[in-house]
Amino acid sequence: MDLKQVALNDKHIALGAKMVPFAGYNMPVRYSSDIEEHNTVRNGVGVFDVSHMGEFELKGEKVLDLLQKVTSNDVSKLVDGQVQYSCLPNETGGIIDDLLVYRIKENHYFLVVNASNIQKDWDWIQKYNTEGVEMNNLSDDYALFAVQGPKAVATLQKLSTQDLSAIKYYTFDYVDLGTVKNVMLAGTGYTGSGGFEILVKNEEAEQLWNLIFEAGEEFEIKPIGLGARDTLRLEKGYCLYGNDINDTTSPIEAGLSWITKFSKDFVNAENLKAQKEEGVSKKLVAFKMIDKGIPRQGYNLLNEEGEEIGQVTSGTMSPSLGYGIGLAYVQTDFTKVGIEIFVQVRKRVLKAEVVKLPFV
Amino acid sequence: MNFPEELKYTKDHEWVKIEGDVAVIGVTAFAQSELGDIVFVEVETVGEEVEQEEVFGTIEAVKTVSDLFCPLSGEVLEFNEGLEDAPETVNDDPYGEGWIIKLKPSEIAQVDGLLSAEEYQSLIAE
Repeated sequence: MDLKQVALNDKHIALGAKMVPFAGYNMPVRYSSDIEEHNTVRNGVGVFDVSHMGEFELKGEKVLDLLQKVTSNDVSKLVDGQVQYSCLPNETGGIIDDLLVYRIKENHYFLVVNASNIQKDWDWIQKYNTEGVEMNNLSDDYALFAVQGPKAVATLQKLSTQDLSAIKYYTFDYVDLGTVKNVMLAGTGYTGSGGFEILVKNEEAEQLWNLIFEAGEEFEIKPIGLGARDTLRLEKGYCLYGNDINDTTSPIEAGLSWITKFSKDFVNAENLKAQKEEGVSKKLVAFKMIDKGIPRQGYNLLNEEGEEIGQVTSGTMSPSLGYGIGLAYVQTDFTKVGIEIFVQVRKRVLKAEVVKLPFV
Repeated sequence: MNFPEELKYTKDHEWVKIEGDVAVIGVTAFAQSELGDIVFVEVETVGEEVEQEEVFGTIEAVKTVSDLFCPLSGEVLEFNEGLEDAPETVNDDPYGEGWIIKLKPSEIAQVDGLLSAEEYQSLIAE
């Protein structure tokens, strides 16, 4: 299958990025060093091109009903200009995708979904779209940049006369950034270091990218690859679809009860409610390595007796902490913070400890 | 990228330097660049006889784990213990301080089958 390219594909190559196939796109995984890029976002400001992400626009009188049915969070709580993290539960206890829901205004919403699930999500929502909600797939028309880090506001503020610090976490507004007019700027991200995500038309993407890098020069702004994106999100314990959540893991098991609202009806709500009330047999936990070693997706977790109690879903060396960290599904008996568990790393069994999130 | 003429190379991106009856082994500049930041090097075969192309250790970057394949048959004499605290030396100096093991080859003729710097460069250019 041919890889799709983001609008700035050639730009990334010119910047020296190592490009890899990701979710059907040719994406920059690293420009210089994963650790350097990670630290840039934690301490300064960096820019991710995440244009592979999917965007749907939904309009019409019945759009709230449709979103309430297909998503797990309570969309009725959103006001204009607010964003909500949510997921699309399937009918058998798993998750179709996790996503962000933006309320533009009454009867007009915007969804940002994972690149690997664009078609699956589209088909899923359409299946429940029985009341004529207008749906537009804008995924191929827009670029999405994440400008992240403690210097993100100061960088973008140089391009705008609007007070950008007024755009709080999980809210958005339409702003002019230099010569690029009317972009959607949201106080969201996947790094836990603050900043914005900017939605811009493909035709204006390069112009905006250049403006951002000129503005950020004094803060030593850098392009950041998907490698650092993963270590940054994992240090905060944010779930990654395909690793920590998928078609067979439930939002209750994944620790996503906080976005699963039984005050409304939605797909598979009854089963999930029963899970919440009666408890689940496995749960997603965070753990850190005590022994030296790095946990990786798919490694087995063991109890003291050497019996299998779960599997690692995400793992890395934490650039901020300097030791191995991970997320794993384990039997409910082993989910208590402070409990000792063991990770099978090749031929060795290494000690680890269940910890509270975030790691950093 | 630098590929010293005096070294021999493998398709698995390792280099070999013969010093008397000892072979020093590491990974190439290309390998470390593809892997990214090296954060862990594990060798648990010191004192063991390892066959050519058998796994003698593991190298871990932030995002990936790769096996290290032995370029020659022989006994693993020593692991570069400097890498325990400073695995990034493999990135900074892959042909010098970033060496990984010393091995006593049991079939020195195997060296002739390894790649020259030129052959290795054309391999990675593909």
